[in-house]
Amino acid sequence: MREITVAEAIREALSEEMDRNPEVFVFGEDVGLFGGCFGVTTGLYEKYPDRVLDTMIAETGIMGITLGAAYSGMKPVPEVMFSDFITVIFDYLVNQSSKNRYMTGMQEGGQNAGFVLRVPNGAGTRAAAQHSQCMEQYLMPVVGLKIAIPSTPYDTKGMLKYAIRGNDPVVFLEHKMLYGIKGPVPEEEYLVPFCSADVKREGKDVTVVATQVMVHKSLAVAKRLEQEGISVEVIDPRSLKPLDMKTIINSVKKTKRLVVVNEAPKTHNALSEIALQVVEGAFDYLEASPVRVCAPDTPIPFSPVLEDVWIRSEDDIIAGIRETLK
Amino acid sequence: MKLTNNELIGLYRDMVYIRQFETRVQELFAAGVLPGFIHLGIGQEACMAGTCFNLVDGDIIGATHREHGVLLCRGVEGKAIMAELYGKVTGTCKGKGGSMHACGLKQGALGNNAILGPAQTIVNGFAYAHKFRKNGKVAVTMFGDGASNRGEFHEGINFASIWNLPSIYIINNNGYAISVPKSKQQKVEDLSARAAGYGIPGVQIDGNDIITVVETVSEAVKRAREGGGPSLIELKTYRWRGHFEGDPTPYRTNEELESWKKKDPIARFEKILTDQGITTKKDFGTINAEVKAKVDECQKFAEDSPWPPMSEIYTDVYYHNEGSVQQ
Repeated sequence: MREITVAEAIREALSEEMDRNPEVFVFGEDVGLFGGCFGVTTGLYEKYPDRVLDTMIAETGIMGITLGAAYSGMKPVPEVMFSDFITVIFDYLVNQSSKNRYMTGMQEGGQNAGFVLRVPNGAGTRAAAQHSQCMEQYLMPVVGLKIAIPSTPYDTKGMLKYAIRGNDPVVFLEHKMLYGIKGPVPEEEYLVPFCSADVKREGKDVTVVATQVMVHKSLAVAKRLEQEGISVEVIDPRSLKPLDMKTIINSVKKTKRLVVVNEAPKTHNALSEIALQVVEGAFDYLEASPVRVCAPDTPIPFSPVLEDVWIRSEDDIIAGIRETLK
Repeated sequence: MKLTNNELIGLYRDMVYIRQFETRVQELFAAGVLPGFIHLGIGQEACMAGTCFNLVDGDIIGATHREHGVLLCRGVEGKAIMAELYGKVTGTCKGKGGSMHACGLKQGALGNNAILGPAQTIVNGFAYAHKFRKNGKVAVTMFGDGASNRGEFHEGINFASIWNLPSIYIINNNGYAISVPKSKQQKVEDLSARAAGYGIPGVQIDGNDIITVVETVSEAVKRAREGGGPSLIELKTYRWRGHFEGDPTPYRTNEELESWKKKDPIARFEKILTDQGITTKKDFGTINAEVKAKVDECQKFAEDSPWPPMSEIYTDVYYHNEGSVQQ
């Protein structure tokens, strides 16, 4: 099978969905001629000059276009340049789009709220505390919202296409450090539904649930520990809302141990919820307390020597796994 | 713009309907029947009726928590609005929205947005869809002087301007943001002056003169339909009640209230109609009695309606839910 990058997978998904539905449109700061700050939409503007739109620096204005157009039945795919900036548009996620269907009692003629907000997520670019965060933990409690958090080119393309065809508000988290990684993606069309956690590697001694960059680190760890005879199962939830707990709980019932790995700070980490639901759903099976491998509760430091330690490493994940095996 | 006698009487009837509906809501709230927060639009009837007069099927209008009247003028059933205020399952939103979110989406009357600001950007999404579909429809956002200080008003109106959208910004300037008067809100005399900063037409008019409201909004709507872009209209008006029911209004004098009651949009319009020989005093009596019967019916319908079933707690969260809603 051919291999393409995550960025190429996104571009293909957008292009295919724009071909399929003439009311899909892409817009945001610098997404047009410039191709987006990370080059993800490169070439899209040339193909659809009327449907790839540059905006001024006005995130709430962007979300206004998004919600109104979505309620009108169009399919907006806005981009906000860094996931850190979702704080600026929080009202549109927390009080508007995610609640509108409920507050209006799902009236005939609305209330559609189908849009996909693409946001580059995560650390590793030496961009300091305001341009490096993984923001999923801020979004987890928002009822009515969906969160996609893919880690591979295959999942990214399939989930983005699936999200665009849906009719719910979706925040689509794209990790910046993964844009360039390559992976197999078939030429033919496919979709990856939400709420379908993927067992990226089977194992029997411990379940590791990880997202985005941490999926890749956990897979590397699994290989390293295999040499010691420790068999690690790695699960990527792929979407955090809705969350496929069934796959995770079944895995823990088998391995009897759980480590969750997420790039963001530890307190109220998005994956804490997974650990708690495992305790509720598989308490009698657990042979050790679940362990969180997450960042310290600090802003992200700029200096490369500091950031490299702030972001959890393979060794940190191994330490977490060993904790459950004591 | 020449209005027919029927249109003029229709405008009168709309204003009376709003006044009577809101007065009934006031009484029901005072009697402890209605739960929640209630914000009444009594005194601002001409702003609502005069604006909605210019809208056709497919046009969109979104207002704030003070504009039950906009829904009535757009043809949303008064019975369903009243039932929504009661929290009954027959309400516009199955009793899940209440006074601050009652709406009629089919009639192009959006849920009132009870957070001030977002509606001034969201209007542009509707307007963009209209423009993209080349359907000649418009999107109107109606809000207060208070909301015009939110950043989103400025981001929204700039967006509408630069994308040349059929968005119409209508400020019901009633002089107070809850308790805060104009002197603590803006230095500019007219809020309409802010339009100049965005390169779009802006005008301030007497919002209690329904004919002027109809004509001014008509002009803006026509311009928007023809691709001429957005407008800002400031309607000077006054709310007779407090910001919310129960507001003791220590921030204004009785003299001020009484002076505005002399500018009652309904009484003024009655004078015009009788002066021009279009209606008689007797006609007003008939219309008021008809409207009262309608409002009685709204109340009875709401009283007789069932409460929502408990299962409604869990529905309408997602359009398509791949997982489950934790109960």
